[in-house]
Amino acid sequence: MSEALARVEAVHKVYRRGAETVDVLNGLDLEVATGEFLALMGPSGSGKTTLLNLLGGLDRPTSGRVVVGGQDLGRASGRELARWRARHVGFVFQFYNLLPVLTAERNVELPLLLTRLKRSERRRRARTALEIVGLADRASHYPSQLSGGQEQRVGIARAIVNDPTVILADEPTGDLDRATGGEILDLLVALNERHGKTVVMVTHDPLAADRATRVLHLDKGVLAEASE
Amino acid sequence: MKYLPLLWRNLMRRKARTLFTFLSVAVAFFLFGLLMAVKNGFEAGIEIAGQDRLLTIHKVSIIQLLPLRYLEQIRAVPGVAAATHSTWFGGVYQDPKNFFPQIAVEPEELLDLYPEYIVPSEQRQRWVATRTGAIVGRKLAERFGWQVGDRIPIQPTFWRPQDGDGDTYEFDLVGLYEGATPDVDETQLFFHHDYLMERVGDMGQVGWYVVSVADPERADEVAQAIDGLFANSPAETKTTTEKAFMQGFAQQVGNTGALLMAIVAVVFFVILLIAGNTMAQAVRERTAEVGVLKTLGFTGPTVLGLVLGESLLLVGGAAGLGLILIWLAVPGLRPLVETFLPVFYVPARSLALGASLAVALGLASGGLPAWLAMRLEIVEALRRR
Ligand SMILES: Nc1ncnc2c1ncn2[C@@H]1O[C@H](COP(=O)(O)OP(=O)(O)OP(=O)(O)O)[C@@H](O)[C@H]1O
Ligand SMILES: [Mg+2]
Repeated sequence: MSEALARVEAVHKVYRRGAETVDVLNGLDLEVATGEFLALMGPSGSGKTTLLNLLGGLDRPTSGRVVVGGQDLGRASGRELARWRARHVGFVFQFYNLLPVLTAERNVELPLLLTRLKRSERRRRARTALEIVGLADRASHYPSQLSGGQEQRVGIARAIVNDPTVILADEPTGDLDRATGGEILDLLVALNERHGKTVVMVTHDPLAADRATRVLHLDKGVLAEASE
Repeated sequence: MKYLPLLWRNLMRRKARTLFTFLSVAVAFFLFGLLMAVKNGFEAGIEIAGQDRLLTIHKVSIIQLLPLRYLEQIRAVPGVAAATHSTWFGGVYQDPKNFFPQIAVEPEELLDLYPEYIVPSEQRQRWVATRTGAIVGRKLAERFGWQVGDRIPIQPTFWRPQDGDGDTYEFDLVGLYEGATPDVDETQLFFHHDYLMERVGDMGQVGWYVVSVADPERADEVAQAIDGLFANSPAETKTTTEKAFMQGFAQQVGNTGALLMAIVAVVFFVILLIAGNTMAQAVRERTAEVGVLKTLGFTGPTVLGLVLGESLLLVGGAAGLGLILIWLAVPGLRPLVETFLPVFYVPARSLALGASLAVALGLASGGLPAWLAMRLEIVEALRRR
C-alpha cells in the first residue's frame, strides 16, 4: 500500500442541540491511502456524512486530528480551509447541487472562478471536464434540461475540473436508478484507475460498494473492516 | 467582473420579483430627481442672490411703494457702491394664467447691478435708447415664441395709463438676456421705468431699491444706515441682503425644502424595505447554493461580495435608470412648471447625491443577507435542503 493521503486520529464529533448532545463519532481512526477507492457504509444517522465533511474540511472535529495531504484541517483557519478545498478536493453530492441558473458549462467553470486563469482557459478546462464525463454536447443545457444521471455527470465534472487530489462523494448514486447509477460508478472507477484520483464514497448500496477497492462500515461512531 | 454573469442570472431567477423591485427603485429615484429639481428651483433665487446686494423695501410690505427721491439719499450713504430702483408691474399677457414677472427698471443701472443677466452689447444699447423697449429672459421668449422685434401687448392690473392712449402697454422686444449660471431666473421681462411714469403720469414712486455695497462684510452696517435715514418718516424702510430676503420668502412658501426632503426620506425608507426584503428572500431560498459555493472553496468574504454585488447591481441599475429618465424628462416638464418654478433642472450635485444614495441603498438592502450568507456554516447550509 502507498503512503496515507488522509489520516484521521481519535476523532470525536459531538453535536449540540440545545441541552441535548449527540455523540456522532467516538474516537474514530482512519487512514486513506493515496490512490485508493474507499467506500463508507453504515446505517442512516451513523455519521458517514459527518466523517466525509471532516475529510473535506467542511467541518472541524470536536477533538482529535484530521490531516489530509499534510494539512492539519482542525488547525487551519476558515480562509485556509477554503483555499485548500478549492485546490485539493472535489465534492460530489447525492442531489447534484448544481446552480439552476447556470448552464452545465458554467456550473463546471465555477471552481475555476477562484483561480487566476483567463476566461478562455477556464472555458477550455470546463469543456475538457465535460468531455471526460461524456457530456460535451450538453454544455449549454441548464440543469432543469438534464436527466438525473446527466446532472450527476455535470456534478462530477465540476468536482474534477480543478484537478483535485481527492474526490469525496456522498451517496452519488443514491438518487439514481440502477443502470444510471452504474454509469456514474463506472466514471468514478475510471477517475480512480485512469486519472489516479483518490476517491472516498459514502453509499448505502452494497453493489456500489463492490466497485471500491476497500469498504469500511461505520457503526456507533467507529469503523470496522467489511466482513467478507 | 467574472462574477457578473452569475450575479445577473441570480437576479433573473425570479423575473417578476426582480422587475417589481427594479421598477420600485427606479420610480423612487425618478421621484428623487424630480423633487431635487423642485427644491433647487425654490432655492435658486436664494443661491444666486449676491450677499453684496441689499434690498430696501417698504417696512410694512413689499407691495407698498417708496418715494423715488430716496434714491439719491441712499446713494449718499457711506459704503453704498451703487443703487437703483425696481417696480413690480403685475400685468397680464393675453391670459392671467400666462403669469410672469414684469419689472420697471432703469436699464443700465439694472444690468450693471446684475452682471448675471447677460445681454449682447448692441441689444443693450438699443434697449437703453428705446423708451418702449423691453428685454426678456431666454426661457420666457421660448415659452411664448417671441423674437427680437416683436411687440408685446400687456394689460395692466393696477398701473392704468392716464394718457388717454388706450389701456394696453405695448413693449418693443429689443433684446434677450441669458443667465450666467443655470440658477438665474430667465422668465422675467424688464422695461423702462420712464415709460411707465410717462403712461401713468409721474407719481414719483418705485417698488423697491437694490443697493450694492462696496464691502460685503459691512452689509449689515450699511443696511442699518439706510433704514436709519428714513426712520420716523411716513414711508419707513426695511433693508436686508437679497439672500436673507429670498430665504424669508422661501420660509413663507412653507419650508418647502424640508417637506421635500421628508418625502424623499420616506420614499427611500420604503424602498429600503422592498429591496431589503427581495435580497433577504433571494438569499434565503439559495441557502443550499451558498453552502455549495463555500464547499467549492468560495470564502465567506467572497460570498458576502457576491450578495452585495447582486443588490448593488439591482439597486444601482434601477437608480441609474430612474435618474437618467428624470434627467431626460425635465426639459419636457419645464413648460408645465415654468410659471411657478422659473428655474427647473436636476443639478449635477443632486445626480451625484442620487448615485451615492443608490450605493448606500444597495449596501444597506444587501447588507444583512450578505452578512448572514458570509457567516453561514457549510454543514448547516447543506443539511437544510
Ligand atoms: N449540524 C448538526 N446538528 C445536530 N445534529 C447533527 C448535525 N449534523 C448531523 N447531526 C446528527 O448526527 C448524526 C449523524 O449524521 P450524518 O448526517 O453524518 O449521518 P449519515 O450517516 O450521513 O446518515 P444518512 O445515511 O441518513 O445520510 C445524526 O444523528 C444527525 O442527526
Ligand atoms: Mg449522509
